[in-house]
Formats: sequence, structure tokens, C-alpha cells
Amino acid sequence: MLNCIHATRLMSQAQDGPLALAERLALRWHLLKCQGCRHFRQQLADLRTVSRAFTQRDADRPQDK
Amino acid sequence: MTDFPQGVDEHDFFTALRTQMLKFARLQLGDGCQAEDVVQEALEGAMKNAPSFHGKAAWRSWVFAILRHKIADALRYRYHAPVSLQDEGEEDFDALFDETGHWPAGERPVRWQQPDHAMEQAQFWRIFELCLSHLPQQPARAFMMREFIGLETPEICLALDISVSNLNVMLWRARMRLRECLSQRWFASGREQDA
Repeated sequence: MLNCIHATRLMSQAQDGPLALAERLALRWHLLKCQGCRHFRQQLADLRTVSRAFTQRDADRPQDK
Repeated sequence: MTDFPQGVDEHDFFTALRTQMLKFARLQLGDGCQAEDVVQEALEGAMKNAPSFHGKAAWRSWVFAILRHKIADALRYRYHAPVSLQDEGEEDFDALFDETGHWPAGERPVRWQQPDHAMEQAQFWRIFELCLSHLPQQPARAFMMREFIGLETPEICLALDISVSNLNVMLWRARMRLRECLSQRWFASGREQDA
């Protein structure tokens, strides 16, 4: 049974490539029951959005000091 | 230089652009001299090969695209030597979880409120940079290669000379720390709701 530490590792890994089937299923089962980890997954997605915006921000905004 | 868009105050434009590029490069390379070098190379490369760009924005995006590649090259070259994972203990993450490895009640992640709104604010970006600067060096490099430059797993592993599982651990650590830092320093107001 997956605990939250393991689930966070798998969610991070899923940002960088596909998980194995068994991992995907275990993670899905865990997420069904764990709201904290569902929020964590959303935060990872937000972190990616923010990081992309950060690099674009430097490229697109001449007025910024 | 002759291809540069007309009607632009070149001096101001380049001064501002150079400052932004330097800041960007310094953050990722952690080395002022090397940052100066890659910025210089990127600007020269952009000048030399510039086709006609319509307007400053397009030109700037293009220069930054070149800069990202220069930074990626610099990181690749630098991390020819094996990376040590030893300096990174895992014990600091234990505190985030209870003894069974689950989020303790009251410490469970909560939804970040209005990240879009945050991204419009200069103060948020200062905090983001602060959090980034608090990351240990190796996970920070791996994270920036992945999320800023957009390199894929095999490229980063090759550049840092580490295994896929080592990279996974590094990225996990970087993300754990960044989310914790941003949660505490910016998104903290939503925390009580989940207790």
C-alpha cells in the first residue's frame, strides 16, 4: 500500500515521464482516498506553470528592472 | 546590427535586455563570470544571424531562446564530473510526514489559491526567486534544466552524469522544497482550512 511519501515521489516522477502500469494503478488508488496528495498533485502542476511563466517573464517584459 | 528593428532606442533597449539576461543567466549558472560570457555569446549570436524581426518583443524572445541554449550548453559542460548525492540527506523530509509516511493532520497540502493572480505580482516573483535560491545546488540545477530550459530526462542525466533514479530523487527534492517554501511564504493563508 502506498503511503504519502511514496505517492509524492511517483507524482513528481509522472511530471517527467510515464509511470509503470503498477505504479499508475497504485497511485490512482491512493489519490482516490487522499485529498492531501490530490492537492499536492495540483501544486506540482502549478509549480510547472509558474516556472514556465518565470522564464517567459524575463523574456517578455522590457520594463521590468 | 543592421537587421535590428527600426524606431527603437537601441541603447536603452540593450541596456535593459542585457540586465534581464544577466539576471536570468546568473540565477541558473550561479556564476557571474560565466553568466557574462553566455549573455555576450547569445547577443553576438543573435546579432550575427538575425533575420528581420518585426518588433522588439519577437527579437527579445529569440535572443532569450539562444540564451537558454547557451546556458544548457554551459551546464552540460560543467557537469561532466559525477554529481555527489551524499550531501543531500533525506531526513529533512521526514518532518513533513508522520511515522507512517502520511501527511500529518493539519499539514496536508491545500490548494494554492489563485496562482494566476500571484503571477501578476512582482512580490510573488521575488519570493519565487528567494525559494529557488534556498534550494541545494544540485537539485536546483536539475530543476532548472527540467523546468526552465525544458530538457528531457535523458539529456539531464547525460549532462549531470547521474542515473534516472538519482535524477528522479533530485527533482522530487527540489519540488518538495519549492512547494513547501511557496506554501509558507505566499500561499499560507489557505492553510487553516484543511486542518
